[in-house]
Amino acid sequence: MIKAPAQPAFLLTQLDKFITWAQKNSLWPLGSGLACCAIEMIATGASHYDMARFGMEVFRPSPRQADLFIVAGTVTNKMAPIIRRLWEQMPDPKWVVAMGNCAVCGGPFPTYAVTQGVDKIIPVDVYIAGCAPTPQALLHGLITLQEKIAKEHPTRVMFKKDVRRDD
Amino acid sequence: MPYKHIEISMGPQHPSTHGVLQLKVTADNEVVLNVEPVIGYLHRGMEKLWEHRTYPQIVPLTDRLDYLGAILNNLAYVLAVEKLAGIEVPKRAQYIRVILAELQRVASHLAWIGFNANDIGAMSVLLYGFIEREGLLDLFEEYCGARLTVHGLRIGGVPHDLTPKVCELIRGVVTSVPRRLADIEALLSENRIWKHRTVGIGRIAPAEAIQYGLTGPALRAAGVRWDIRKNIPYSSYEDFDFDVPLGTHSDVYDRYLVRMAEMRQSLRIITQALDRLPAGEVRAKVPRLLKIPPGEVFLSVEAAKGELGFYIKSNGTDKPERVKMKAPSFINMQCFEKMCQGHLIADLVAILGSLDIVLGEIDK
Amino acid sequence: MTIDHPALQAVLDALAARFNDRLLETRFEKGELSVRVARGDLRPVLAFLRDEQGFNALNDIIGLDNANAPVAGRPRFSVLYQFYKFPDALRLRVVTDAAEDEPLPSITGLYKSADWAEREIFDMFGLRFEGHPGLTRIYLGDDFKGYPLRKEFPLAGE
Repeated sequence: MIKAPAQPAFLLTQLDKFITWAQKNSLWPLGSGLACCAIEMIATGASHYDMARFGMEVFRPSPRQADLFIVAGTVTNKMAPIIRRLWEQMPDPKWVVAMGNCAVCGGPFPTYAVTQGVDKIIPVDVYIAGCAPTPQALLHGLITLQEKIAKEHPTRVMFKKDVRRDD
Repeated sequence: MPYKHIEISMGPQHPSTHGVLQLKVTADNEVVLNVEPVIGYLHRGMEKLWEHRTYPQIVPLTDRLDYLGAILNNLAYVLAVEKLAGIEVPKRAQYIRVILAELQRVASHLAWIGFNANDIGAMSVLLYGFIEREGLLDLFEEYCGARLTVHGLRIGGVPHDLTPKVCELIRGVVTSVPRRLADIEALLSENRIWKHRTVGIGRIAPAEAIQYGLTGPALRAAGVRWDIRKNIPYSSYEDFDFDVPLGTHSDVYDRYLVRMAEMRQSLRIITQALDRLPAGEVRAKVPRLLKIPPGEVFLSVEAAKGELGFYIKSNGTDKPERVKMKAPSFINMQCFEKMCQGHLIADLVAILGSLDIVLGEIDK
Repeated sequence: MTIDHPALQAVLDALAARFNDRLLETRFEKGELSVRVARGDLRPVLAFLRDEQGFNALNDIIGLDNANAPVAGRPRFSVLYQFYKFPDALRLRVVTDAAEDEPLPSITGLYKSADWAEREIFDMFGLRFEGHPGLTRIYLGDDFKGYPLRKEFPLAGE
């Protein structure tokens, strides 16, 4: 027999909606660009395309203060441990966007020095294709991320006994 | 108790290092004693990859080297291939290449002033530089199909002719950029804080600069008149009338003045080229499967950052035997330590910005 | 040898007068002069070019692996030094050869810009330079095994 959800569930879903609304409209990206895509990321943050409309203009230099990691550019094998360390330093909840073909799958470089996709070292939420993706593509990806965040249930994590998020 | 020297690692993730560069700084309090740059965090194995790609396939890959000046990389490479294969480029194509190259130089310098000023603290200049860049990137999108990594040239010429819309956009850019430059200069040139942070910082003597192989605007700011467009002209640059701005004190402020003046000279060249565009083909006849008989060539052009060179060795097949790229930033970065000695850590950031390096071309 | 470039002809004649049969090969193609010398003669030839002929700028040092097109009697690797002269805009290339385990003399004493270029050749080809202040890998991590630009190294790595 299916148990009907208890009364507190309604409050929790409303709390979920409020929390995710706050999170998705105030994402703070880590100011870390690797290669060409970083220039398009900066152009998206500049006046014409303006990420500030979405609450994202606060690029934080320190990973401790950021909750969005936009991996913009090629991840090389030498840089990979550093990307992993930066990601690990970011506090939960955090999201990762792989911007550009190099971050998605190694891009045009199937060579000895390039990690074929950043999802080999960190979990990725949204993949944005393009080489370099235009600012419109990056904004589309970020809005997709916002829609993804809106569907999350942070209260299920908050009220669990062990609050570490599963990777 | 005596002070110990502090060793700081700036980077590879750092807001002011212009990419994935690691600087190992040894400092006595705030004064920099020595700097060891560690590169290779963006090494993508381009030179190995080029040995496995055909000559036309390499052209878009060269965009990713100096990603702020994509057309200039394309130009150096296609000129080297054309010299090796003995392909003669039509005059109209040469003029269009000059227009595209100078537009790309302006776009690269606008990004440079944005980043340099932002690092020093003048954040609005970043937005000014980037909004003006948008006009140029729209133009590239209209002509080449892409904004940043454009692949705007082909072996033998350019992909297609300039349409009336593109010509109109170029004329628009030539009028709007000087107004923006005037705005930026009004904010910076006589600004007490800017001058305090840039005058007398990061000096290098001209003779030493040549020893270190420094090229580009940083060398011209030291007073050395060396511009490949004038000294070893290529692609019809000898037909145009333009000045080579020089500095005297070889500090960060002079490099700023030189680059601002260079942008104005580029606009002069673009206007002349557009006015005097000769009739003719825009692309030479190049075989679909381009095989080049064995030989070697070294050719360099004046890119936005300095002298960009390509060495190509062919072996009779459609893929090169060896392609080596001489990156200006790779050589320019070597005199960074010399420029920084005795300065403060904050000045290090200003000097790095004034050198205008791009990790894509340092690391290949 | 007579070449169709008066300024470079003068340089070539001066080189021939000083080094004679130590110039193993001279080529002039597509307007570029290229001179081949043995490893041991590299430093004296470059010092002569810098101090007496005025080639004050080192453009680039290029490594080559000739494994796919070997020349009889010549070692596997070639190293090319590309120079020019401020302000005359003359260009010159000096070529030398080395086998895998033969060290080359470092020219960091003559040109400061040779430092990183020689490290790059060590990193990519495995050729050593004697007298270099700090010959370590420059692009790849110190624990990387293999020399990528050698012809037998696969593109996707080992």
